[in-house]
Amino acid sequence: MTTWPILSVTTFLPLVGALIVYLSRGDDEAAKRNSRWIALWTTLITFAVSVILVMRFDPSNPDFQFVEKANWLATGITYHMGVDGISLPLVILTTAVMPFCIIASWKAITNRVREYMMAFLILETLMIGTFSALDLVLFYLFFEGGLIPMFLIIGVWGGPRRVYASFKFFLYTLLGSVLMLLAIMALYWNGGTTDIPTLMHTAVPRSLQTWAWLAFFASFAVKMPMWPVHTWLPDAHVEAPTAGSVVLAAIMLKMGGYGFLRFSLPMFPLASHDFAPLMFTLSAIAIIYTSLVALMQEDMKKLIAYSSVAHMGFVTMGIFAGTMQGVAGGVFQMISHGIVSGALFLCVGVVYDRLHTREIAAYGGLVNRMPLYAMTFMVFTMANVGLPGTSGFVGEFMTLLGTFKVSIPTAFFASFGVILSAAYALWLYRKVVFGALVKPSLASMKDLTLRECVILFPMIALTILFGVYPKPVLDMSAASVQQLVNNYNTAVTAVKAAALLQ
Amino acid sequence: MSFVIAGYQLAPAAPEIVLAIGAMALLMLGAYRGQGTTSAVTALAVVLLVVVGVLEYMLPAGKHVTFGGSFIVDDFARFMKILALIGSAVTLILSTEFLSDPSRRIFEYSILVLLSTLGMMVLISAGDLISLYLGLELMSLALYVVAASNRDNAKSTEAGLKYFVLGALSSGMLLYGASLIYGFTGTVSFTGIAAAATISNVGLLFGLVFLLVGLCFKVSAVPFHMWTPDVYEGAPTPVTAFFASAPKVAALAVFTRVTLTAFPGIVSQWQQILVFVSIASMALGSFAAIGQSNIKRLMAYSSIGHMGFALVGLASGTVEGAQGVLMYIVIYVAMTLGSFSIILAMRRNGQAVEQISDFAGLSRTNPLLAFMFAMLLFSLAGIPPLAGFFAKWYVFVAAIKANLFTLAVIGVLTSVVGAYYYLAIVKTMYFDEPAGQVDPVRVEVKTVLAVFGMFNILFALFAGPVVSVASAAAKSLF
Repeated sequence: MTTWPILSVTTFLPLVGALIVYLSRGDDEAAKRNSRWIALWTTLITFAVSVILVMRFDPSNPDFQFVEKANWLATGITYHMGVDGISLPLVILTTAVMPFCIIASWKAITNRVREYMMAFLILETLMIGTFSALDLVLFYLFFEGGLIPMFLIIGVWGGPRRVYASFKFFLYTLLGSVLMLLAIMALYWNGGTTDIPTLMHTAVPRSLQTWAWLAFFASFAVKMPMWPVHTWLPDAHVEAPTAGSVVLAAIMLKMGGYGFLRFSLPMFPLASHDFAPLMFTLSAIAIIYTSLVALMQEDMKKLIAYSSVAHMGFVTMGIFAGTMQGVAGGVFQMISHGIVSGALFLCVGVVYDRLHTREIAAYGGLVNRMPLYAMTFMVFTMANVGLPGTSGFVGEFMTLLGTFKVSIPTAFFASFGVILSAAYALWLYRKVVFGALVKPSLASMKDLTLRECVILFPMIALTILFGVYPKPVLDMSAASVQQLVNNYNTAVTAVKAAALLQ
Repeated sequence: MSFVIAGYQLAPAAPEIVLAIGAMALLMLGAYRGQGTTSAVTALAVVLLVVVGVLEYMLPAGKHVTFGGSFIVDDFARFMKILALIGSAVTLILSTEFLSDPSRRIFEYSILVLLSTLGMMVLISAGDLISLYLGLELMSLALYVVAASNRDNAKSTEAGLKYFVLGALSSGMLLYGASLIYGFTGTVSFTGIAAAATISNVGLLFGLVFLLVGLCFKVSAVPFHMWTPDVYEGAPTPVTAFFASAPKVAALAVFTRVTLTAFPGIVSQWQQILVFVSIASMALGSFAAIGQSNIKRLMAYSSIGHMGFALVGLASGTVEGAQGVLMYIVIYVAMTLGSFSIILAMRRNGQAVEQISDFAGLSRTNPLLAFMFAMLLFSLAGIPPLAGFFAKWYVFVAAIKANLFTLAVIGVLTSVVGAYYYLAIVKTMYFDEPAGQVDPVRVEVKTVLAVFGMFNILFALFAGPVVSVASAAAKSLF
């Protein structure tokens, strides 16, 4: 049916766009405008191509689709691409969020626009590649390559402490990933290949499973980020430009969760089972602790960053529950959080562009001047809290449900996160939006412009749509999740049975 | 058609013979026509190196041994020789600016580079201890003089002298080791030593240690690295580029050949030495570079670290390890030559600038230069999808297979430390305010930079063929 390599086209289209931006020389206003438009059209076309992926995707088939394979490095390392029900939603999330990022940077970025757009387009290629690579070396290439553009985005266009934040981001993530690289090598010698589908069906000895699991954990836990290796995230978020924060929160954090789903669970089921209590504990701590920390924040972006860590706690908890509801909920929560946290950072960006501060104390009573903004912000605050009817509720509910079957204490403690998230999110909303408008600097604030409405309103629609009708995402991933859960349970049961026999 | 002298086939050594005759002819040209011929001699030297490279490539495939086993040409030797020739030729191209200054019109410079290259080729093909020492000394003696070629500069002279004194010391140790090995095995040929080597032969082990000391000095591995920062900083920049590329290829090649073909029976003995040396080099290369403010000194520590990484492959003592070393050295040479062409391009008001702070804001004054350097630095740090990642992949994958887990873990951790100082330069170029305009870049420097910069960025696209060539070369050692 497919005669053209549609997945590779989706992946490398942004790179072509980056080249075109590069070729459009000049540093005057016209050149800046050009590079903005080229970047926007590139991301839009990429999104359009990725929609073709969705239309041709067969949700009942749990295996990889749109598979492309070509020789690359000798001996078992190939260029192998493909998506299944777990990665396709993330690919779509990426292509869908990128145009918003470009529009959000339209006015906010005025210096070195060309380089900025190039960095974002290259980053898009690397992110899509991460989700669609079916070879471990190829995956690592995309996964780590993303550090370079993000480092530059934070460092060049970031806030006052950008150097510290960018170094911390880069070195922290690199440290986790190099250990994963060694595990990839060990898997290569164990299976004779780095082909992911093949490795999923290759038996890994118990001891190697444990070590490899830990090494992959080191990388994904940092990327996710999980408590206690989350400290780079608030710094990176606070210093990054708005669109950088959006990409970080909406897409890059999902690479960790995706990694757990794609590698840890299918390739090391026994180790995953052994370490599940550890993951539960860390998730529960992350949910409660970072929610408490979020309560104490004075910076809007930092607050949302900590809340991201808490929400990612639900994802890891659901994934390692190993139940259908838990894993499906984890996938859904990633998509939902991608939309909601991205939108929240955009909301912060809206007021930051006007007042150039993210201090919560600097705001108050915005509802008087900005009713549209107040409404928008409210929807996303509610989604962040997990109010039924928003997409945030579905993910949290499903992961809790899935975990409840496996570990009641974890589900019990994680439920506190729901209450705490209501506390900090509503507190933030009250401080910023409600109250009397007394601060003179706020008196001249203007409501959302058309450009900002174009960014935020589709996200409102998606948040509410997925809140009342989550079926599209759940259906897309159902077959793949079912297969993953079945394989995982079979492997775990087999070992338990063998242990009983002895 | 065959050339035979005293019963020995000459054909396998044809490239070396051409290079030797060519170098002497150029020496005559320079001696009779005076210093005015400097640029002509340099150009002819480059042509000569290219011709020799083509000859080397055209040698019939397979393994050829001549001069009673002291000269070996196999896929491994061909691979390394062509790489060393590329390194030398590119260095000569990069030296044109340096040699164009009226006070430095010295045609001997190119001749010395040619002779040193000849030494490297002999070294790479060495099949016994005698030809090893012969090649090593020919290479080194020429290098000592080249290091001091900026005669009126105290630092350059100091670099040459320091290099000579320490180099002589290491040669002495190597020779002492060689004599012990000969004494306890009764032979100098690598195959003979391999047959006689046993763990119980303590005298031989002593000899092995001394031999390794000498080789470590040449690849500037810790703890025999002390000369490197001073020589790199003091020598003229094109010379530093030379030191960092071609001689490293030759030294690493002979290191590989000696350990793998002369001592394959006692791997466990030299493996522990190499594991220590490589950990120490990686750690020192990473940590000591952090405090540097001079870019050439920083590159010196960086090259110490990189030699540590290359030795990780060798320490595994397997065919995968040898392949890792080959991949590493190819990519290392490309990254180094690219980086040094940028250092050479950094000139303000006609003066070369070498401080890292001079790179401040380069991304705005010369975006292309900054971008290329940033990519090279990320590559040196081993970040995918750049070439440096593949270099690290192939050495560490060998270490993992050989169950050297501790070495691999320490290695990747030091690479994270190393990433810090490469990032610090990227930060200077991209995040800081500009420190002033840079002069227009000379065309030959631009060309070299374009070639190696693109090699570095696009390596992932054509990695496959390189891997197969390296794999064939590695297999020829076993």
